[in-house]
Parts: sequence; structure tokens; C-alpha cells
Amino acid sequence: MSSFARNQWYVAAYGREIGRELLGRTILNEPIAFYRTEETGEVVALADRCVHRRFPLSASRLDGDKVVCGYHGFTYDTTGTCVYVPGQKRIPRTARVSAYPVVEQDSFVWVWIGDPALADATTIPRAPHLADAENWTTVGGMEPIDGNYGLLVDNLMDLSHETYLHGGYIGTPEVAETPMTTEVDEGAGIVRVSRHMDDAACPPFYERSTGIRGRITRWQDIEYHAPCLYLLHSRIAPQGVLPNADGTDPDAFHVEITYAITPSTDNSVYDFWAVSRDFGHGDEEMSAFLHDFNREVVMQDVDALNLLQKTLDTEPEGYQELSINIDTGGLAARRILARLAAEGAQGAVGAPVPAAAR
Amino acid sequence: MSRPHTAEVYRIDWVPGTDWLHGTCHCGAERDGQDPVEMWEWMLAHPAGHDIEEDR
Repeated sequence: MSSFARNQWYVAAYGREIGRELLGRTILNEPIAFYRTEETGEVVALADRCVHRRFPLSASRLDGDKVVCGYHGFTYDTTGTCVYVPGQKRIPRTARVSAYPVVEQDSFVWVWIGDPALADATTIPRAPHLADAENWTTVGGMEPIDGNYGLLVDNLMDLSHETYLHGGYIGTPEVAETPMTTEVDEGAGIVRVSRHMDDAACPPFYERSTGIRGRITRWQDIEYHAPCLYLLHSRIAPQGVLPNADGTDPDAFHVEITYAITPSTDNSVYDFWAVSRDFGHGDEEMSAFLHDFNREVVMQDVDALNLLQKTLDTEPEGYQELSINIDTGGLAARRILARLAAEGAQGAVGAPVPAAAR
Repeated sequence: MSRPHTAEVYRIDWVPGTDWLHGTCHCGAERDGQDPVEMWEWMLAHPAGHDIEEDR
């Protein structure tokens, strides 16, 4: 597995998770405390360790927009500068914690891990459907996985596993049987994997949510914006129904499946997932069904990857894998991640450069 | 949301009804093979080995 790619934006949380309570998340092994300011509602991200005795600031309290360490009262402003220490007037010059660049966009809170001077908000990939409640109804959540983030990337880049791990849920035989095309856009850092099934069984999940009976045309178009954002454009229509020549597609159902894959520690990853649909708006019962059903599917992945990591931990160093056609997209993603990790490590003294992806 | 493609796009098609992969480099070089690892190695070695079209 490749090491982490620094100097990149990562999803730290959904915007709704961050408020006037401190929230602690560890991103690329860096503990960070998040909160919202009182007046403007902006998200602040500070290193989650008091400079004094390393007490977690996320287990502390807010005083207005300042964080007061829960152990001895060291107090920090939104820039991470210490503005108060107990019992003395002189505040040591080194009394500050790092503040991380943060951008709130498309319902996510993105945090920059790396050199703050290089943070460019315009490079954050977009998932506008998540913030477009007029046209898309979204359910979602976040599940932590006790596994290296690379396991989740592998999992999502090769959907043939749906047939086996999620059989009877979202998987049907055609997913594993249908060849796909893989594209790597090196300049943009995007891997695209497309699998178009012209004549497929309708999985129960789509049968119930769309009302389609019988065979379907099912398209899965993956767009992985390495390292963090994964979009799966899913199109479901009665068998043989295609989009119109002008690009409109009124007789199909569209589901945007979004994942944010955020490495936490070397062996844990945050699995943010969201499912957005362009039908059944306002149908609360459908939303509840889709949330519970998709969470069940996500938990099947979580359980499998927890088990896989546990198993890999017992394998001897340098264990062998075997890759076949279905792995074409996953291999491409591994290689891009290795390149980004190497680029992010440049200039970091003693930072290991990962071996090339296999 | 889709972003426009840049000029450096590598593509591997799994040829329907077969076990073959068909690779196309952004330079136009093409190759057929049955091993995705070997295919990516060839692809990313661009421009090395990309001037001769190999037979199956």
C-alpha cells in the first residue's frame, strides 16, 4: 500500500457535524479539533494538542471563539495563537498550535493537510449534487473502518465485488460479468471506470426505489478524484431505454453515489458515503429506506475490510497479490496515489518515497 | 460533476466477449494484452516502446 499523499485536501466532516461543540478527528495521523465560530459560523481547525502538556483540545471547551484547554486553561484564538496562560502575564512566544486551512463546500468540510502556503481552494473537486436539495435528495453517513485507506480505494474502484459481497442487495451477476473501460487522466489526477450493462437484472434496492419491474439498462460511471473524492454516476432505466440525442434523459433514474475516502491513521480510514437521487423528492419513507439499505451495504464493506486488514496484519512482509482484468481501475488508482504521495513527500526530510504501484 | 479531460489520458478497454485488454496511450500507441499490471507498465513507460504497434 502506498503512504499518504500530503499537500492535498481531505474531507474531515460533513458541515452538519461541526457546531459549537469541539469535534476531534485524526486525519493522516494528525489530530485536529474542529468548531464553528459564534458570529460568522466559519469552521476552525486547530491542532488537537495543547502546547503545554499535549492535552486534547477537542476534549476542552469553547469560550466564545476561543478554545480553553480543559487541563490548565491555556487559551487559543482561531489562528491557534495562545492568548492566555494561567498565573502569569508573559505568554511564551512558542505558545501556538497549528491552524489548518479549511473550506466548506458541497456539504463537506475540507481540510488541507500539508504546507498551508500551498493550499488552493480552487483545486478541491466538486460534488454539487450534495448541496443541491432542489434537484437531488441525499442520504448519507460516515463509518470508520479499521483498515488502511488503500483497501477502501481498491474496494470502490472494482465494483465487481458487488456481485459477491453485496449479492441480493446492489449486486447482480452482470456487474462482475460486464467488461469495463478504464481511463487515467494524468493531468487532472482522475481515474474513470465505466461499466455499461445493457441487459441486467434489477437489484432489489433499485426495484423498490424506482418501481422498475423486469430487466434494466444499468450504467456505472466512476470518477475518482484522487486522493479523496469518489463519485459514482449511476443510471438505471428499463431495458433498452437510452438518453435522448440532445442529452436529456427523462425516462431514467439517476443516483449519484459519493464517497470521501479520508485516511485517519495508518490502519484506519473514514468512509464518508452519500446517496443522492433525482426522484422521489420529499418521500421521507423512501429516504429512510435508502439510508438504512445503503448503510447496510456500507457495513458489509466495513466488516469485510476490517477482516481483510486483520488478515493482512498476520501476513508475512511482501505478500503476493494477483491482479486480473477487474483490477485495471484499482491498479490505476494505486499508481496515482503513489505519485501524489511521492510529490507530497518532496522536501520533507527523511520522508519515505513509496514503491511504485504494482 | 465532471471535469474536462486534460491532454494526457491513458485508456484501457476490456474488449467485450474476450479476456483481452486493449490499451491506448495519449500518444496514439496501442497494445493488446491480458495482464493489467503489464499493460499499465507499458502504458506509463511512455514514450519508451510506444512507437511499435505490437500484435496479439
